[in-house]
Amino acid sequence: MNENRIRYKKNQQMIIVVLLLALVTYLSSVLTDFNILHGLATLPEAFIWIFSNLVVTEESLERMPTILDKLVETILMSIAATTTATILSLFLGVMGSKSVGTSKLLGILARFIASLSRNIPVVAWALILLLSFGQNSLTGYLALFVGSVGFLTRAFIEVIDESSQSAVEALQATGATYIQIIMKAVIPECLPQIISWILFMIETNIRNATLVGILTGTGIGYTFDLYYKTLNYHGVALVTVSIVVAVILIELLSNHVRKVIL
Amino acid sequence: MQATTHMKRRSDGRISIKSGNEVQLIMQLTILILTVLTVLAFLFFDYTGLDIQRAIQETAYNLKVMFLEPALSHFGWGEAIYQVGITLGLAFLSTILGAVLSFFLALSAATNLTNEWITKIVRIFLAFIRAVPTVLWVLIFAIAAGLGSEAAVLGMLFHSIAYLVKAFSEAFEEVDKGIIEALRATGAGWWHIVVHAILPSTFTYLMSWTFLRFEINFAVAVAMGAAAGAGGIGFELFMASSFYFDLREVGMITYMILVLAIILEVISTLLKNRYFPASIKN
Amino acid sequence: MSLLTVQQLGKSYNNQNKVLQNVNFEVDAGEFISIIGPSGAGKSTLLRCINRMVDIDEGAVIFDGADVGTLNKKELRKLRTDIGMVFQHYNLVPRLSVIENVLHGRFGYKTTLQGVMGRFTEEEKERAFFLLEKLGIVEHAYKRCDQLSGGQQQRVGIARALIQEPKIVLCDEPIASLDPNASKIIMDHLKSITMELGITCIVNLHQVEVARDYSDRIIGLRQGQVVFDDVSHRLTLERTDVIYGTKTKPVPVVRELATV
Repeated sequence: MNENRIRYKKNQQMIIVVLLLALVTYLSSVLTDFNILHGLATLPEAFIWIFSNLVVTEESLERMPTILDKLVETILMSIAATTTATILSLFLGVMGSKSVGTSKLLGILARFIASLSRNIPVVAWALILLLSFGQNSLTGYLALFVGSVGFLTRAFIEVIDESSQSAVEALQATGATYIQIIMKAVIPECLPQIISWILFMIETNIRNATLVGILTGTGIGYTFDLYYKTLNYHGVALVTVSIVVAVILIELLSNHVRKVIL
Repeated sequence: MQATTHMKRRSDGRISIKSGNEVQLIMQLTILILTVLTVLAFLFFDYTGLDIQRAIQETAYNLKVMFLEPALSHFGWGEAIYQVGITLGLAFLSTILGAVLSFFLALSAATNLTNEWITKIVRIFLAFIRAVPTVLWVLIFAIAAGLGSEAAVLGMLFHSIAYLVKAFSEAFEEVDKGIIEALRATGAGWWHIVVHAILPSTFTYLMSWTFLRFEINFAVAVAMGAAAGAGGIGFELFMASSFYFDLREVGMITYMILVLAIILEVISTLLKNRYFPASIKN
Repeated sequence: MSLLTVQQLGKSYNNQNKVLQNVNFEVDAGEFISIIGPSGAGKSTLLRCINRMVDIDEGAVIFDGADVGTLNKKELRKLRTDIGMVFQHYNLVPRLSVIENVLHGRFGYKTTLQGVMGRFTEEEKERAFFLLEKLGIVEHAYKRCDQLSGGQQQRVGIARALIQEPKIVLCDEPIASLDPNASKIIMDHLKSITMELGITCIVNLHQVEVARDYSDRIIGLRQGQVVFDDVSHRLTLERTDVIYGTKTKPVPVVRELATV
C-alpha cells in the first residue's frame, strides 16, 4: 500500500516536471520562431546537402599550406593562452581554496575574479579587445586567456580542496614557510589533476579559438569565415576536416597522458 | 655504510632524490613541451598593427566606460528582455531536444544495457561530433537548412548530445544490477526495464545534468548570436560593439548576460552539491 | 632546568567548552612520556600547544627557555625546527618519494627559495639515508609513499621528524591506525630515539598497556585536566578507571589522586 503510494507520488512528480518542460518548450518555440517538426524535417535534406557539397577536392587541397599555417597559429594560440592562464590560476586557486587559502578576504577576491572572467562570455571579451588591440593574434590570445583563467581557477580550487592536505600540517610543524608548503606539498600532490585540466582546457580553447577567430579575424576561424562568405564550400570542408583531425589528435594524445598520470 | 648501496647518484655524482618513475617523467615532459610551445607561440604570433601601450590604455578606458557608465541607446528595455528571451529560448530548445535524443542514444551507449560494439560506434560518433566546433555546426546548418533559429538550434544540438550522452550513459551504468536482473527474471521486456527501472531511478540525476548543459548552452547561444547571426542578445552585443561602436551599450548587455550567467551558475552549484557525489563534479 | 614547562595552560575553542584547563607539568631532557586519556580529553590539543600549532589561550608553555606563546613568526619557525612531530595519519605527501618526504623535515632550516628549488646538501641527503637505514626502510627510499604499508609510512614520518635534529619529538597517536605488529615496531623505534639519541619523546596514546610498557612517566588527562602524573608503574587499575571514567567515582577522589 504505502510503497504504491510513494511510487504514485513519484510518478506524479515526474509527470508534472515533464508537462512543465513541454510548456516551456512550446513557449521557447513561439519566442524563437522555431518549428520542431520543420527543423527535424530539414535534417535529412541538410545532410544530403552537406555530403554533396562539403567535399574536399583536389583543387581545394592546394590551399592546404595556408590552412595548415593558420591551424598551427590557432593551436599555438590556444596552448599559450592555457599555459599562461594556468600560472595566474594557480595563484588564484591557492588563494581561493578553503584548505590552504590564507585569508577569507583574498579567497572571496579570487573567487570573484574567477566568476567574472568565466561568466562574461568569451565573445564579449573578444569584441571588447578587438576594439583596441586590432586584428591580430594577441587579441584572440587575450580573449582565450581571460576565459581560461575563470575556468581553470574554479577547477584548481576544487582540486586543491578535494585532495588530501594532511601534509600541510606536518610541514607547518617542521617550520617550513607557507610558500615552501604550497610548492613542495600542495602542488606536487595536485599536479596530475592540474595537468589533466590543462589538457582539457587546451582542447576546449582550440574549439573556442575558431569562434574567437571568426569574430576577431585571426587564425583558422578567419580562414573559415573567408571561404564561408565567398561561398567556397570546398574550402569550408577542408578547414572543417583539418580542425576535426587536429582536435581528435590532440584529444588522443592528452587521453594517453591522462591514462599514465592519473 | 649499508645505506649507500641504495642511493642513486646523478651524473654529477650528487645523490638523486626523485623517484624517476614513468608518471614523473611524463608529467615533466608534458610541462616542458607545453612551455616550449608557449614560447614558440609568442615568437610566431602575428602582431600586425599592434601598438601594445596604446592598446592597453585604450582597453582600460573602454572597460571603464563599459562597466561604469552602462546604458542602452539603440533599443529599449522591452526589446532587451525580448532578445534575452530569444537567447534563453534557443538555449532551452537545444538543451531539451538534446536531452530527449541523448536519452535514447545513452541507452544504446550504456555498457550494461547493450552490447559492446554498439557502445563503441556511439562513442566514436560522439568524438567526431565534439571535434567540430559548435560555431561551425551552426554556420554549416545555416547554409544547408537555410538561416534561422532552426540552424542555430540544430547546430547547438550536436555538442549538447555529445555532452549529455556521456553523462546519461554513466548514470545508467550505475543503476543497481539487481533491479535490472530482477525485472528480467520476471520476463519483462527491454522497454519495460527502461521505463520502470532505469528512468525512475535516474530521473532527478538526468534532470540535473540537463540543467548543467542548459547553463553551458546559454553561453553558447550568446556566442552563436554574435558569431553566427543566430539572433538574441548575442547578436545585439555584436552589433553594439562592431557596428555602432557603442561601449555603453556593450557594457549594459554584458551586465545582463553576466547576471543571468551567475544566476544559472548558482543554481547549477546547488544542484551539483545536492545530487552528485563529490567524485563526478564537472 | 627542565626542557619543557607547561604552566596553567588553558585552551578553549569558540570561547565555549574548555578543552584544556589548568594544565601544569615539566619535562626533563631525555624523558619518554605518554599522555593517556579518553578521546576528547584534549591530548591532541595539548601536544599542539607545545609547538603552537594551536594558539595558547591561558597560561604559558616554556620550551628550552623560550615562551612559546609570545614568539613572532620568525622565532616560531626557529622553535619548530627544534620540535619534531609524528602524526596518526602520517601526514606525508603521498605522491612524492620517501626520500623527498624525509627531506621535507629540513625546510625549517632553509630560506624559502632554497626550499622551493629543492636545494639539499649532500650531508642532508646522506643523513636521510642513514635514518631510513636505521628505521629499516632504506630499500624503499625511491618508492612513492602511497605504495608503502601503514607501518612503513609511519617510519617515514619518524625519519622526517628526526632529520630536523629536534630536541623533542611529539607523537600524536602514532599507532592508532596500525596493526599490533606494526605498532610494536613503531613503539620500539620511538623508544630507541630516546635511549640512543637522547631525544625527549611525548607520545599521545590510547592503549594504556602500551603506555605502561614503554614510557618512564605517564600523564593522565581527563576533560582537559591532568588527573594523573607519575612514573608508569604507579598507574594502577583504579587510577586508570579514574582517567577513563569507566567507574563512576566522586570528584574528591580525583583531587586526592592529583596530590599524590
